[in-house]
Amino acid sequence: MNRTTMLLAGTVAALTMAGSAAHAERGSDGNLKVLFWQAVSTMNIYLSGGTKEQYASSMVIEPLAGFDEKGNVYPRLAVEVPTLENGGISKDLTTITWKIKPGLKWSDGSAFTADDVVFTWQYCTADGGGCAQKAKFEGVKTVEAVDPTTVKVTFTAAKPYPYTAFVGSLSPIIQKAQFKDCLGIKAPECTAANFGPIGTGPFKVKEFKPNDVITFVVNDNYRDPAKPSFASVTLKGGGDAASAARAVLETGEYDYAWNMQVEPEVLATMLKAGKGTIKTAFGSQVERININLTNPDPKLGDKRSTKEGGPHPAFSDPAVRKALALAIDRDIIVEAGYGAAGKATCNIVPGPDAYVSTKNDAWCLKQDIAAANKLLDDAGWKKGGDGIRAKNGVKLSFLYQTSTNSVRQATQALVKDMWAQIGVSVELRNISASVFFGGDPASPDTFQKFYADLEMYTNNFDGTDPEPYMAQWMCDKAPSPKTGWQGENMPRYCNPEYDKLATELSKTVKLEDRAALVKKLNDMLTEDFVHIPLVYRGQPSAFSNSIVGVKSTGWDSEVWNIADWSRKK
Amino acid sequence: MFTYTIRRLIFAVPTLLVISFVIFALLDLAPNDPLGELPLTIPPEVREQIRAAMGLDQPFLVRYVKWLQQFFINEPLNIFEQLTGWHIGDGNRMRVLSWATRSPVVDLIVQRLPQTLWVVGLAYLFGTLLAIPVGVISAYRQYSIFDQIGTFITMVGYSVPTFFTGVVLIVIFSSYLQWFPSVYDTNLQVRDWSSFLEQLRQMFLPILVLTLYNASQIARFVRASMLDNLSQDYVRTARAKGVKEKAVLLVHVLRNSLIPVVTVIALGVPTIFSGAIITEQIFRVNGLGQLLITAVQGADLPLVQTLTFIFAVLIVLFNLIADVLYGILDPRIRYD
Repeated sequence: MNRTTMLLAGTVAALTMAGSAAHAERGSDGNLKVLFWQAVSTMNIYLSGGTKEQYASSMVIEPLAGFDEKGNVYPRLAVEVPTLENGGISKDLTTITWKIKPGLKWSDGSAFTADDVVFTWQYCTADGGGCAQKAKFEGVKTVEAVDPTTVKVTFTAAKPYPYTAFVGSLSPIIQKAQFKDCLGIKAPECTAANFGPIGTGPFKVKEFKPNDVITFVVNDNYRDPAKPSFASVTLKGGGDAASAARAVLETGEYDYAWNMQVEPEVLATMLKAGKGTIKTAFGSQVERININLTNPDPKLGDKRSTKEGGPHPAFSDPAVRKALALAIDRDIIVEAGYGAAGKATCNIVPGPDAYVSTKNDAWCLKQDIAAANKLLDDAGWKKGGDGIRAKNGVKLSFLYQTSTNSVRQATQALVKDMWAQIGVSVELRNISASVFFGGDPASPDTFQKFYADLEMYTNNFDGTDPEPYMAQWMCDKAPSPKTGWQGENMPRYCNPEYDKLATELSKTVKLEDRAALVKKLNDMLTEDFVHIPLVYRGQPSAFSNSIVGVKSTGWDSEVWNIADWSRKK
Repeated sequence: MFTYTIRRLIFAVPTLLVISFVIFALLDLAPNDPLGELPLTIPPEVREQIRAAMGLDQPFLVRYVKWLQQFFINEPLNIFEQLTGWHIGDGNRMRVLSWATRSPVVDLIVQRLPQTLWVVGLAYLFGTLLAIPVGVISAYRQYSIFDQIGTFITMVGYSVPTFFTGVVLIVIFSSYLQWFPSVYDTNLQVRDWSSFLEQLRQMFLPILVLTLYNASQIARFVRASMLDNLSQDYVRTARAKGVKEKAVLLVHVLRNSLIPVVTVIALGVPTIFSGAIITEQIFRVNGLGQLLITAVQGADLPLVQTLTFIFAVLIVLFNLIADVLYGILDPRIRYD
């Protein structure tokens, strides 16, 4: 079909379709072509934990409730979201009772019952299974099926935020009949089930080729008879981000490509072809520079980068930490490395809106070299002949490490230049991501060991509740040889005041009070210069212009509402 | 010859065992972590349990012996059962499982073989078929226009990396002209003429890139080897005897020149199976090369170990084949 006939056909179609609903009929929009340059390895999110597996499986298996584009909890398989007001959550906060939509069916036609929900909990908590989402079930004592459409979750202690188990695409319900022989150590042996789970979602797996391509077709038993609009989805994997962007934006071979970590100027050239757009979903990811508050001196041996090794010789002076923060121009970093996929931030909790503090934005968001220089001068750090400041034999010369990634290395170079202007020199180092984030206690190069003065990476929290995230900066969460270098408090921050507030948060029920506490904790970290938050990172994805109904979310699977997607006629 | 082959085969067994141990030890020592790509939101205690479920908490030697048993006993038995339909024992044997996909490694390899053989194998075949005539004519007409152009193209093909030629071809033929797809569809099944044409279209660019590379390499060898032989005394003798020039070239010189070339070609065959990592990645052919590289990046050790070991077996095997071919091509070489 040449271009003119296609245009003509398009016009005719548009005329005849005018006035009718956008997605009137199930399966009327043909095939949706999706490209994930990081290929999907399995469809069982409980055995993987990767984001790519989370998104792919969310088209098939669903939780009781999910997060929408604003981060609100909304019912999926449940009739409504249980709250204190509607009696779904008990007064003492130890139970939550879910009502399941009546008449729900699995894609194989069998009935969805509360037993399946109970089984999902048993599956993930079985010994030896290595369930990657076990944290979702932390504090759950029992899950019972009260009747076929009612599930009661009991917690070991009062749980102010109970939307963890069975909420969000990391905690979907799997079918008992399919997985009943796959508990514990037998989990990896059920290859057929892991590659083709039976679900309740809009699509079902037709064929799964691990790390290559997945073919989905419409689930005939999906609860909304008018959805989804697409008859099938092909999810291809492999390659790299730039060529994936090209396949959507330039050649138009694909409709949607996920995770476009491509230099902003390269994307801008591709966008000129006019075939698609980039949509960015913001969640809770913040790129930050951690400041090592303990001494990483190699001479300390085993005590290196631990509390026992003593405080950092230069960073024990708050003026140094503050000067480093003041000297950074976040806008330049965003412009050079992130484009529309990043925003300057001074908070470690950048969303949801209710939790975001604006207290430090005024002074922190803009670069102030003069103030930083003055601060260091006043604190007695004098410039030497080489232009590097020093005091009592301690030089402001640091090792700054991060993972290997072109954007991170560009950011490192920019920051090095900014700090040079205040008489601070840094040596840059980058480590392969699988080593840096690998957490092997035998390796000296992990981000937990932090054998450096400064380190940069991105972290975020799961779902929309920052409570477990804020607990990461508590004193006892600092990695050390005693804990096998496990722990999330990388800066080795230790402030009894902070610990007290974080404990209070875990007991607070009212949302407004929780938000106030989170803001307070967040500000404490920023004002104590435990880390320097740099960029609020979004997740950019490329969409063809012909796809409508996409609502990008950073709080759950990006394809959470794929049942509503359709092709423009 | 036969006893020689048998002797070499027997000798290969300890060699391969040592190789498998070295690979296993190297992979184990490498500071890579299979959980390195997981989101940081997964807490340390859960990571510990995932590691235990993968068997990573066991000592090195135990894991090695387990792999040996899975690879040399369980997998062959499994293949045997599938081929014959007989059942040996209870059939409940632990197979070599990949960590990333939690599925049997051998199944993954079987799934990837077709596209690798089609794309990389065909490119190797075309490369060889193209290289021999180009090399022969280049050498016979040394310093002619044909030789100059041939030398230029082969030097370019040899020195410009495939990740460059691949992307240039995509930009020209996929983005600008839109003649060929830039993404290979592994789901495409050839059923009729139109799907066959579609298959040709999607194979064209990756095969072009790889053929250029392979042909350049082999053509240089053929040319050099032909030049060596053309100046030999036996060529002058043949011409003096009045043998036709065509027979001199194709019977006398070519046959002698092919001896080193055959070695190069035979030793290159295992690289077909290891796939073309870069080219497969660029065009998303998703064959064995892509399987290996994703496994390396994700520290999927059982998969890397098994794949690398299979390549080692192929290399040992094709070394032997090259040696045996020597004997057939050159009657002067006798091993017994």
